[in-house]
Amino acid sequence: MSTLSAIPISYYLVFCSILFCIGVTGVLIKRNALLILMSVELMINSINLLLAAFSAYTNDPAGQIFVFFIMVVAAAEVAIGLAIVVLIYRTTHSIDIDVLNKLKW
Amino acid sequence: MMMNAIVFLIPLFPLLGFLVLGAGIRVIPRKVTALLAPGMILLSLISTLVLFIGFHPSTASQVHQLFSWIRIGPLDIPFAFLIDPLSILMLLIVTGIGFVIHVYSVGYMKEDPGFNRFFSYMNLFVFSMLLLVMGANYPVMFIGWEGVGLCSYLLIGFWFKNHEFNNAAKKAFIMNRIGDLGFLMGMFLIFTTFHSLDYQVVFDHARGMTPGNPVLAGITLLLFIGAAGKSAQIPLYTWLPDAMAGPTPVSALIHAATMVTAGIYMVARSNILYILSPATMAVIGITGLATALLAAFIAIFQNDIKKILAYSTISQLGYMFVGLSAGAFTGAMFHLTTHAFFKALLFLGAGSVIHALGGEQDIRKMGGLKQAMPKTYRTFMAATVAIAGIPPLSGFFSKDEILAKAFEYSPLLWVFAVAGSLMTAFYMFRLLFLTFSGDFRGTEAKRAHLHESPAVMTIPLVILAILATFGGLINLPALFGGNAGLEYFLEPVFAASGSVAAHGTPLPPATQWLLMGVTLAGVLAMAAWAWKRYTAQHRGLLPDDAPRTFAERVGRNKIYIDELYQLVVVRPLMWLSKFFYEIVELRFIDRIVNGVGSLVVRTGNTVRYIQTGNVGFYMFVMILGIILILFFNILI
Amino acid sequence: MLTIILILFPLALSLATLLLKKEQALRFFVLGGALIEFGIMVAAFVQYRTSCHCQLLFRAGWLTNMGISLKFGMDGISLLLVALTTFLVPIIILSSFSHTYRRPATFYSLLLFMEMALVGVFTAFDGMMFYIFWEMALIPAYFICAVWGGNDRIRITFKFFIYTFAGSLLMLVALIYLYFSTPFPHSYDIQDLYAAVLTPGEQTWIFLAFFVAFAVKIPVFPFHTWQPDTYTESPAAGSMLLAGIMLKMGIYGMIRWMLPICHVAVHRWGPAALVLAVAGIVYASVIALRQKDMKRLVAYSSIAHVGLIAAGVLVLTIHAMQGAVIQMVSHGINIVGLFLVIDLVEQRTKTRNITDLGGLALKAPRLAIFFMLILLGSIALPLTNGFVGEFLLLLGIFEYSALFSAIAGVTVIFSAVYMLWMYQRTMLGPANDITAEVRDLSRVEMAALIPLIIMIFWIGIAPGFFLDTALPDVMTILSYAR
Repeated sequence: MSTLSAIPISYYLVFCSILFCIGVTGVLIKRNALLILMSVELMINSINLLLAAFSAYTNDPAGQIFVFFIMVVAAAEVAIGLAIVVLIYRTTHSIDIDVLNKLKW
Repeated sequence: MMMNAIVFLIPLFPLLGFLVLGAGIRVIPRKVTALLAPGMILLSLISTLVLFIGFHPSTASQVHQLFSWIRIGPLDIPFAFLIDPLSILMLLIVTGIGFVIHVYSVGYMKEDPGFNRFFSYMNLFVFSMLLLVMGANYPVMFIGWEGVGLCSYLLIGFWFKNHEFNNAAKKAFIMNRIGDLGFLMGMFLIFTTFHSLDYQVVFDHARGMTPGNPVLAGITLLLFIGAAGKSAQIPLYTWLPDAMAGPTPVSALIHAATMVTAGIYMVARSNILYILSPATMAVIGITGLATALLAAFIAIFQNDIKKILAYSTISQLGYMFVGLSAGAFTGAMFHLTTHAFFKALLFLGAGSVIHALGGEQDIRKMGGLKQAMPKTYRTFMAATVAIAGIPPLSGFFSKDEILAKAFEYSPLLWVFAVAGSLMTAFYMFRLLFLTFSGDFRGTEAKRAHLHESPAVMTIPLVILAILATFGGLINLPALFGGNAGLEYFLEPVFAASGSVAAHGTPLPPATQWLLMGVTLAGVLAMAAWAWKRYTAQHRGLLPDDAPRTFAERVGRNKIYIDELYQLVVVRPLMWLSKFFYEIVELRFIDRIVNGVGSLVVRTGNTVRYIQTGNVGFYMFVMILGIILILFFNILI
Repeated sequence: MLTIILILFPLALSLATLLLKKEQALRFFVLGGALIEFGIMVAAFVQYRTSCHCQLLFRAGWLTNMGISLKFGMDGISLLLVALTTFLVPIIILSSFSHTYRRPATFYSLLLFMEMALVGVFTAFDGMMFYIFWEMALIPAYFICAVWGGNDRIRITFKFFIYTFAGSLLMLVALIYLYFSTPFPHSYDIQDLYAAVLTPGEQTWIFLAFFVAFAVKIPVFPFHTWQPDTYTESPAAGSMLLAGIMLKMGIYGMIRWMLPICHVAVHRWGPAALVLAVAGIVYASVIALRQKDMKRLVAYSSIAHVGLIAAGVLVLTIHAMQGAVIQMVSHGINIVGLFLVIDLVEQRTKTRNITDLGGLALKAPRLAIFFMLILLGSIALPLTNGFVGEFLLLLGIFEYSALFSAIAGVTVIFSAVYMLWMYQRTMLGPANDITAEVRDLSRVEMAALIPLIIMIFWIGIAPGFFLDTALPDVMTILSYAR
């Protein structure tokens, strides 16, 4: 608690923004589906951290409760996402998203 | 109460006849029909006579209401009948001549398979005509007005297997409909002006208006369009010659004696409106005169016995309108009456001839019939003399009255009118001589078949011949020591107009005698000329393809009016129909509608290529979208 | 109470019909049911006439928090149209007996369902109910045409559905907008909608939305192009339902909803709409002159006739409005008669092409007589129903503008031209190979035609009964609209 509040809020903001941008960049430039999923996780976690930080900053527990929600949803999402990726790999022997362009038009 | 009942009985009998004959069209035997149909008209005639005898012209006109027909607030149209001298005169003509012609038809239509159908239509016609003349307001008159148009349609196209006849019937109905639209609009203008359609109310209001009122001019002109359609005046006359496709008794009853005079009756009925609209009167006069001359001119060159009579009818109707326009309402009604006698007689006589010749109508193939058909000949001759205006037959007096009024109105009008009446004398005597004198020009088979018609047909001829001969007595002018009975009888109807009209000084007797003499001399000269040309010299019997002078060609082809209408009205309309349907409808409006649909489809087809299937691209667009949203959020 | 029975009874019939298998029993059941429905209608009529202005109101809450209630009732105008509906449906059913349709149970069930929806439209006193029944009527109409129609039915009915549906959605938008303009608490009740407070600008938009919705249904030129195709491709029963009753929904909607609600806009934009209506009369009449297909000819004549009715509604004079009401009934009767006759001709000769026919009167004189009588009504001969309507309509329009009346009046001439042409070419003249051996009308066919003929002359000779029924309510509508 003390460590969290000892660091000024602006640090969190800058850090989380950088983390989020790394996630975005990863999503945009990576071709491997697995890595894209990881980048999405990175973005989610940057938000989580920011929510926790603001929760401490404003003394409002709601933010931290929200974080738990997001973690649950993210876990479910990763589970399904990974399952899909595995299935895709089984059928196409590839997880390159540029190859996976059959669902179009 | 008694009176009331009789008034309703008059139209009821023909209606009953129609309903019974119509319902039992297949089961009623001919003999029953032959008694029933004329019997119903006879009952009507008797009722009319009872009404007439009990009626005194000085008594006020009576309105008998049957029920309220259309009523919405101020618009109240009762189904009511008006009994006044004018309607009684018309009732007598309609039921009287109607009865005679019904009797004649029993003989004429004897062989026809559509015997019952014919008489049911005829009874329906008489019913409609009675409504027309008895109506106490314009809409009830309009019921009859359209009703007689329908019967005319049904009877012209009576032999419906022939499409030419059907076309004639359709043409008659449609041309009448054009007039009827004018009548309708006239009624609407009357209603918006006077807030009533009742004769009495309208005429009472109109009496207080100043002459030359533009609204009155509008009303009268619109109504006159209706009259021009029904009474076959320029420009709506071309249906009447074609209407001769119907059985001859139909031509006699509908297209000579009664229906076509409805326009004259209507103008006479609305006399107060017309007398207050000098402009309309001038239009009527010019139209009537032009029609009279044009039709007489065409009649000279026709070879079909019925067509000649048809053009003669148009021409005589034109005279009646001339009389009306000169303010001679009684004169016009007088001529209407005598014309009904002699023209019905002419048609029935023609029917008798056609009957004897087995359907032949071309006068070039007739001739010399006076030996074979003496009764027909004598009665036909009486009618011809009457229509030509030779005293002392009826046509002379009635035509003379119109001519005298025309002279009072304008001597120029008189000159033209006399010219027309000379033409009338010429073509009528041409017809008479070509048909009855000389030698028979038809085939031998037909000569052997020649016979006088049965009594059921000749007795009506004799009755009508008596009427045509002595009919002039009903309105014998004072000049001849008569008492002008009709004038006195109709006086209450036309009194108001008489007081409004500018009184021309009555012609001095000397002038009257002079005018009469001039006319008569001309008519006799014409008769003589026709005799010389057609009986003595046998001219004018050219075959169809013989070379003709320009005037003959024009007259023979009816001045190309039908062709003109075809060119100016029918063709452009058909072209417009095609244009609307094929271009505007299918290529424009419908294409826009379908275009909206195909636009959606085409847009979808184009836009769907954005869905490339490339996940990276989707994510790129998504992020771009988020950035744009944020950006615009800041901006706004 | 009778009102809601009138709606629910056909619905119950419609559902029960689906259970029946045997065709003979089915026919008996359906026709009997429709006649009972007509009987209920007569009872309602008697009740209305004896205790005037009771409106036979039925009201129950439904989705009250959204301001929607089950409010049904009948004033004089509704009453006449419901009477028309319940009168025509048995005739349409009877006329369908000569056909052997696939899946007859479904067919008759849809017919009855349609009757329910139409009665609902004419009796709804709640905006949302009106809309719901309005759309509900489209569904059976679509299926009747799309399943039992002619060769090109799929494309045509799809167009018909989308076109009219698109129009209706505009009406839905307008209704929802009106809902939020009603005084608090918002509701779709007709009285509240009448009382909605609108600026002139809003009125204009609402008017446009309503007008397009109704104009498509009526149809008014130039929104009419779905109509001739649909009438031509539909089975006879479908054409009769569409032309006889369904298009009256549009005119009824104008009278009941559009005029009172956006009266300011009607005054402002009415003349423009009137121009469309009058132009449509001439346009459709001229097109009808050259049509070869009997159904298509009648379809165009119908556009001309209803154009006149629409024009009469828009001029806001008492005579024209009364004429519109009476002409709605008359037109329904006449056009059902015409389609019925055309169907009889088509059954006998397997063609509707006018130029292929001729001489039918020789072998089928009864058919020719009935055709003539219906035709007389259609060309507005005095003492037939068409005349009363057209006379009043033209008179009312004349009071507004003589010029419009004269232009609209050409329908009097043109209708005679194309109708008589059709009659002459089909019934008269010499018979040919196709028409040489036709049979005359059977008893059942006469039974379908005779009620129509009776109505043609009843309305024509004694229109007072019908005019008086509608008069007070026409006055009310006009007082709102002025």
